[in-house]
Amino acid sequence: MTAEAIRQPGSDVRHSARTELLEDRPVNLDGFVEEWPEVGMVAMDSAFDPEPSVRVENGVIVEMDGVARADFDFIDQFIADKALDVETTEQSMALPADEIARMLVDPRVTRKEVIAVTGGLTPAKLLAVAKNLNIVEIMMGMQKMRARRTPANQAHCTSARDNPVQVACEAAEAAIRGFAEVETTLGVVRYAPLVAMALQIGSQVNPGGPLTQCALEEATELDLGMRGITGYAETISVYGTEPVFVDGDDTPWSKAFLAAAYASRGIKMRFTSGTGSEVQMGNAQGKSMLYLEIRCILIAKGAGVQGLQNGSISCIGVPGAVPAGIRAVAAENLIASAVDLECASGNDQSFSHSAMRRTARLMPQMMPGTDFVCSGYSAVPNYDNMFAGSNLDSDDFDDFNTIQRDLQIDGGLRHVKESDILAVRTRAGKALQAVFRYLDLPPITDAEIDAAVYANGSRELLPRDVLEDLKGAQQVMDRNVTGLDLVKALESTGFTDMAENLLVVLRQRISGDLLQTSAIMTPSLVVLSAVNDANDYAGPGTGYRPSGARWEEMKRLRHVTSASNPELEVE
Amino acid sequence: MTVSTNQDAPRSLSFKEIGVAERGKKSDEVVIAISPGFGGLFTQTIVGLPHAEVIRQILAGIEEQEASARIIRVQNSSDLAYMAHTAAKLSGSGIGIGILGRGTSMIHQRDLPRLSSLELFPQCPLLTLETYRDIGSNAAQYAKGESPQPVPTLNDQMARPRWQAKAALLHLKETELVRKGVKPVEVMPEFAAATVD
Repeated sequence: MTAEAIRQPGSDVRHSARTELLEDRPVNLDGFVEEWPEVGMVAMDSAFDPEPSVRVENGVIVEMDGVARADFDFIDQFIADKALDVETTEQSMALPADEIARMLVDPRVTRKEVIAVTGGLTPAKLLAVAKNLNIVEIMMGMQKMRARRTPANQAHCTSARDNPVQVACEAAEAAIRGFAEVETTLGVVRYAPLVAMALQIGSQVNPGGPLTQCALEEATELDLGMRGITGYAETISVYGTEPVFVDGDDTPWSKAFLAAAYASRGIKMRFTSGTGSEVQMGNAQGKSMLYLEIRCILIAKGAGVQGLQNGSISCIGVPGAVPAGIRAVAAENLIASAVDLECASGNDQSFSHSAMRRTARLMPQMMPGTDFVCSGYSAVPNYDNMFAGSNLDSDDFDDFNTIQRDLQIDGGLRHVKESDILAVRTRAGKALQAVFRYLDLPPITDAEIDAAVYANGSRELLPRDVLEDLKGAQQVMDRNVTGLDLVKALESTGFTDMAENLLVVLRQRISGDLLQTSAIMTPSLVVLSAVNDANDYAGPGTGYRPSGARWEEMKRLRHVTSASNPELEVE
Repeated sequence: MTVSTNQDAPRSLSFKEIGVAERGKKSDEVVIAISPGFGGLFTQTIVGLPHAEVIRQILAGIEEQEASARIIRVQNSSDLAYMAHTAAKLSGSGIGIGILGRGTSMIHQRDLPRLSSLELFPQCPLLTLETYRDIGSNAAQYAKGESPQPVPTLNDQMARPRWQAKAALLHLKETELVRKGVKPVEVMPEFAAATVD
């Protein structure tokens, strides 16, 4: 309740000035609820979760977590047949949970040795392991189990007006700030082709590199991916109970089929899941949020996809409201990494009214580093965020960079001086203008570009003719415009370097390098993945540590007093 | 502690069961499906709007378009799309409204797929009594074969941290009331001036 609650008219209860001040603190606008384990309103510690067990007969798992094969639901069956290593499962399951938990934390046990064990663990056993870990141990585990050695970050670039010029500018700024992936989605879905194109073009302004995706209904998302208008996909949701899956007209097999469709074209993709979704939909079957999320993680593993976006995602208000919920969210990220999946670790939805709580929620991923610390840092003001707001937005850029510098931890971003940002935003706008003209799409004026370059958000933009844009969007689909058409358009209009960038990104589909776990493109357009940049953390003094040129750029902030001349600031 | 949002003398609301809900014959009618806990286990929406006022506003919105209205209680589901679609299928015009105890609402049409809708109002904490009146009015216009402008809705990204978990609790409580296989019943609202507590 807020202060208005204790100041009801007619109320004669006298409160202290301190109580009134505390009532007014933003944290008291957040919702908190009591646990209710019988229906699954509990983070990770429930008497109703199953006890771990496994039994193998003739190379087939005939019992898992106390359920006989004949009584498996389709998720049990998928996990038992596709995710668990039947050769090692009995041996791995024989290890005590606290022993496996210590392996996760102990730097002398290698990542590979841990994965040899986790590959045979059932959902209930992975839960039992997680329950042994406190938040610092979870971070210790993440530091070692993250697949890619170098941490990275992902941005949301969206516009409340679905304005393509803004999205192109935001993608260019996100790229120069260091994001390795940029993602968009729409208010008006029919705008998607133009906004996805704008995202792709904006992200190719030098230094180029981030992969792009457009979150849409699955068929359209796949279509845009196959055309090469987008570069990866991640909004393929899986759930931890059968009824919730069925409500979405899906099964683990249908999701695996969709995953195969992306893989067939060399397109990077990951699944999405998160604690709280099942209880939110009223079908948690009396199981804890983390137990159900572990089932999702193993569905992703079983489907053969390289990675998972988890960390509660759009349900963060649910684990966030119960005791130990944020510990459970950190644990779900760790378990995804511990079964050798790429982990895009949440921090991507509005989480709290309290700046202090927002930061605390971020630290378990930012401190150890994950494959993507945010699976959507809002690179626009939250009012423009069409994913319904993120835990961090463009207002937080300087705070984020300062925390990186304070703690010498790498969240994937850097401070960039304004003139450089304005230059890439301008170039993105000009390139999009040229491509639209080349493809006979609705014109973009110089005044529109100027407004978008200098804007903070869509409130400062010049309005576009939405109906004309929607017709143009339909034409992009009808005329079968592809990523290669964008390359041609950029080349023909004098944006040769951007055309070359985009062609290199598209060419990855043939080599298939982006299908490797945790793959990203570096600013020099080299694929960096768990294959050529495997996490080699082995205790103090080892693994990834910000150093050299990267550490030097992390030292830069908006205002740093010069040591050589304290009357000036470092440029 | 609870926050009362209604400063006027509150009305209480109860629903009298008339019998099993039948398919209506009036071509201009809107059928409103209330959830198992609406105006029963729960008396107000997630932000404390009294159900009595919510129903009054929806009915007033329908009435101002000179359409007719019936109310049914769905007992075998707390799924909004199912409820609204059930209402639409029982409606003489093919237009129905579904409303959950926490306030989430939907306007549905008989011939649409269940998981589709004419208008969805997913963010229950942001719905006001005025919105409910507009929902009634729009549903009535659809029933008369018109194409009204969709009811404007607000969006607030901070609704999630504040309300998501409470919404889940309310949904779980309402789902506990679901009785499998029990048919919807037609009900009459009965308003009474309540004693002020």
